[in-house]
Amino acid sequence: MMCAAPSHSSPTVQPLISIRNMTLSFGSEIIQENISFDVRRGSIFAVMGGSGCGKSTLLKNMIGLLHPSSGQMFIDGEDYWAQDESRRSMINHRFGVLFQGGALWTSMTIGENVALPLEMFTDLPPKIIHELVRLKLGLVGMEHAINLFPSEISGGMCKRAGLARAIALDPDILFFDEPSAGLDPITSSRLDDLILALRDGLGVTIVIVSHELQSLFTIADDGVFLDAQKHTAIAHGSPTDLRNTCPIPEVKAFMNRLSSVSPTK
Amino acid sequence: MSYHVPVLLSAKPPISNTPQWSIDTDSNHSFLRLQGDWILAHNPTISFDPTTLSSIPHGQTLKIDASHLKTWDSALIAFLWNVEQAATKIGLQLDIGDLPPPAVRLMALLPATPPPHARHIVKRVHFFEKVGELTLLCLNETGIFAQMIFDATVGALHVISGRSFMRKKDLFTDIWNAGPSALLIVGVVNFLLGSILAFVGLIELRKFSAEIYVTSLVGIACAREISAIMTAIIMAGRTGGAYAARISTMQGNEEIDALTVFGIPLASYILLPSIISLSLMMPFLYIYGTLIGIFGGFVVSMTMMNISPIGYWISTFDGVALREFVFGFVKSYFFAVFIATASCRVGLQAGRSAADVGIAATRAVVISIVGIIAMDAVFAVIANALRI
Repeated sequence: MMCAAPSHSSPTVQPLISIRNMTLSFGSEIIQENISFDVRRGSIFAVMGGSGCGKSTLLKNMIGLLHPSSGQMFIDGEDYWAQDESRRSMINHRFGVLFQGGALWTSMTIGENVALPLEMFTDLPPKIIHELVRLKLGLVGMEHAINLFPSEISGGMCKRAGLARAIALDPDILFFDEPSAGLDPITSSRLDDLILALRDGLGVTIVIVSHELQSLFTIADDGVFLDAQKHTAIAHGSPTDLRNTCPIPEVKAFMNRLSSVSPTK
Repeated sequence: MSYHVPVLLSAKPPISNTPQWSIDTDSNHSFLRLQGDWILAHNPTISFDPTTLSSIPHGQTLKIDASHLKTWDSALIAFLWNVEQAATKIGLQLDIGDLPPPAVRLMALLPATPPPHARHIVKRVHFFEKVGELTLLCLNETGIFAQMIFDATVGALHVISGRSFMRKKDLFTDIWNAGPSALLIVGVVNFLLGSILAFVGLIELRKFSAEIYVTSLVGIACAREISAIMTAIIMAGRTGGAYAARISTMQGNEEIDALTVFGIPLASYILLPSIISLSLMMPFLYIYGTLIGIFGGFVVSMTMMNISPIGYWISTFDGVALREFVFGFVKSYFFAVFIATASCRVGLQAGRSAADVGIAATRAVVISIVGIIAMDAVFAVIANALRI
């Protein structure tokens, strides 16, 4: 049952990302099967669901770290998993990923972390790279920490620095894995504002994996709900719509933070 | 007044969409006019010379004219941020209202006056201060090392009395890793060492027609020194490094903190299985390595000298006294205790980042190898005094 039809975009506007009948598994254990959804260009798309339902696994499939058992992912109409490795690597340059803990390289300063992708994948002179590193860190309010090492900054700052690194190459698509996890409400709220500002300013499309409801209601305008028991997507729509109108008990309980799943009245 | 500053730095021929900027100033207004494609692919100049703004009358607002701006990316924002910082420094207002709304949104995220860069603290230490620190560190580490040995001994006594926190499963895993898993590398290295000794020995002894003494040379060298030291060095690199890396990773994951909070003694949970497993396995690895080393010498001797296989082995066992094996066996035990304790100590002392894991593993191996050689020297002096 779907709360809304799968969020396929109108025929005239091609979605930026299309997932079709994707099945995720580890060996013979199926995590999620037959998932299909579209991510509209410029939208903030939420992947929702309880702990252990396979949200992060789906994200890892979408960013090319894991190969789905079956199904397709189209990026701008191009079948990602049908490409050879070098082409997939080129497509990956359109991705920016913010990992759950920031995943900063601890042997480098914050500035070097942001500079590395620019040094590796552009021909820009060092001076311009330095200016861009300052800019990216400035956008996330971390320019002052350019010379510090990850061990010298807090968890929230690590996430913002990770975000600066994710936008280093001006990607089209940003993937966020639990961006608010472990942050206090104020820092979390500031991060939400930052994500919205970056979406509007950079024009990026954002896919966000999270179960921080308050954050999802604030920033996400579309999404999919994965169910751990049924091993598939059971609802599509924006978090606010799912909370207000979805009759599926599991979704309703999750979106309203209810401790038990009540049958639909 | 008009400044027109070409900003294209690249050697490419100018193209119509070249990113350019100019400042126009009249009596009432100042404009920063932008035109072209402000994208990184066109390699625009992002830095901005603040003196360019000095001709603008005080109190005026510098208004950005983006009517001829085409495509843009981070390059434009980086440039405008530099302009904003330069303008703010001289008290000039910057009006960005004419920019595309996404650019305005990004500019709003950037502070007009960035906070000063925090400095990575590098502590400079005076020479004598350093010597004093090192002396205190050595004394402190000696005390901690002795305390760890004591705690492990108490833990071992608890194992005997059945009141230990040590998990048998961990002990058996460590025994497997420190013993049977290392047989191949210990065997290969000792076989090659025995072969090399026999080869070099035979060439020299042949000059004196004393080739038969190669059996004693290989046997005594392997049993007394080489196999004990080489096996210890292999285990320091293989197992000691692994202990340090594992424990320092546990530090990073706060697993050590969790053990401490639960009140589980680290000596019993971490130290004891490591010390017991390595000190149990190393003497046997030494015996195994010695026999393999002698076998390596045997293989080379069979191809280079005229002696029967049985004659070689009889000559070897005549030439190598049992006390040589006992001496090597005892040394191996002490080497094992040192490697395990030192590696665990280095792991417990490590920082919490990924880089610290590598540093800890390296330090554990270096300390263990230096310690093994130093201990061997002490054993040599003791053996001489006791006439072993």
